[in-house]
Amino acid sequence: MNQPLNPQRRPAIGMGALFAATLKRDLKLSLRRKSELVNPLIFFLMVITLFPLGVSPEPGFLAELAPGVIWVAALLATLLSMDSLFRTDFDDGSLEQLLLSPQPVMLVVCAKVLAHWMLTGLALTLVAPLISVMLFLPAEGVPGLMLSLLLGTPTLSLVGAIGAALTVGLKRGGVLISLLVLPLYIPVLIFGTGAVQAAVTGLPLDGYLALLGALLALGTVLAPLAIGAALRISVSG
Amino acid sequence: MSQTMLKVENLFCERDDRVLFDQLSFEVDGGEIVQIEGANGSGKTTLLRILSGLSRNYEGEIYWQGEPIEKVREEFRAELLYFGHQPGVKALLTPEENLHWYCALHASLDPARVQEALEQVGLRGFEDVPCHTLSAGQHRRVSLARLYLSDARLWILDEPFTAIDKRGVAAKEALIGRHVAQGGSVILTTHQDLQGSGAVRSINLDRQGERG
Repeated sequence: MNQPLNPQRRPAIGMGALFAATLKRDLKLSLRRKSELVNPLIFFLMVITLFPLGVSPEPGFLAELAPGVIWVAALLATLLSMDSLFRTDFDDGSLEQLLLSPQPVMLVVCAKVLAHWMLTGLALTLVAPLISVMLFLPAEGVPGLMLSLLLGTPTLSLVGAIGAALTVGLKRGGVLISLLVLPLYIPVLIFGTGAVQAAVTGLPLDGYLALLGALLALGTVLAPLAIGAALRISVSG
Repeated sequence: MSQTMLKVENLFCERDDRVLFDQLSFEVDGGEIVQIEGANGSGKTTLLRILSGLSRNYEGEIYWQGEPIEKVREEFRAELLYFGHQPGVKALLTPEENLHWYCALHASLDPARVQEALEQVGLRGFEDVPCHTLSAGQHRRVSLARLYLSDARLWILDEPFTAIDKRGVAAKEALIGRHVAQGGSVILTTHQDLQGSGAVRSINLDRQGERG
């Protein structure tokens, strides 16, 4: 039966457990909804496949465009998947329960974004070597491409989650997310493609990677706060 | 044990230029059931969302055990169980997985008691099936199982008996009665008459609207 109503509670332990539980829950949910899971990857692959057909199959030309094309495709694939991050939780009331938890919302938000990134950004990073072959990216550029995607895509997920949290209360938030978030994606895109181009031409890429890392550090610290606040506003409205 | 749990002073809320309630003041003591009454659209759910802290679109003061609620948010949330319109049950997860996550959100709850809670709401044998295969009533029962797990002192229940069969309702009423007997408080909305749960105080929002 019910535990005695005890005013002296256990201290707020179990933060790590909550993070792990949320991460596991979100991964499990995504794996049970396979169509949504592969959507960003399919989109990414389609753009890369169609691009040479639409422009020119000439290797030299494609190699020159490859860094930009891969980065833009990765960015748009992430953006496409952003809308669903909080949508189902909002619809079925899980989000309300989450916000009423005595545990910090930031923690759950971080776990959700991490789960999202593992299934979009990380997956895109892992298929990047294959993609780069399709676009004749020189082999010297591949480590730079993977490193820049590894550092850049988490920032895209974090920033995109702010937009998703702000628009989750709206019936059709998809377009609005793009408008809100795209300007903030631009620095990541510039330094990301910069890193790949530097790698291709044999220049040092430390600078670009340092900037991407700085953006990621900034995003990791600030975005969860903004996402938490944005979710409270969305649910309150 | 009849200390004041929740105290509301001069609460005002309007929605789309329509005043839902104005100068609404009441107290909820330990061991008390408060039923919010009113016609559809009179602001029952809005009031419960304001009390639970989900909605901030109000003017007025709310105190939790004598302290303004903004100052004691975390203590308040640890003592609150909110059952909303949306049950907060993930259709793709099993009842067990749903409740385990709820236990993770509330560190003071013991995940080992999930099985027992599911048994109490009559979902034994359904622990491992995804919730989307359950009926509407069973779906809500998954969420109601939280009442058996909870050690919160204040329960805010929005239409807890929707889609629940007669025996289920009787069991929930008995549970609410026990909670109140232990010194807990319940604020709920329902269109059914509560039976056998002892003293129920009602607050009617219809008159509020007219006065505003």
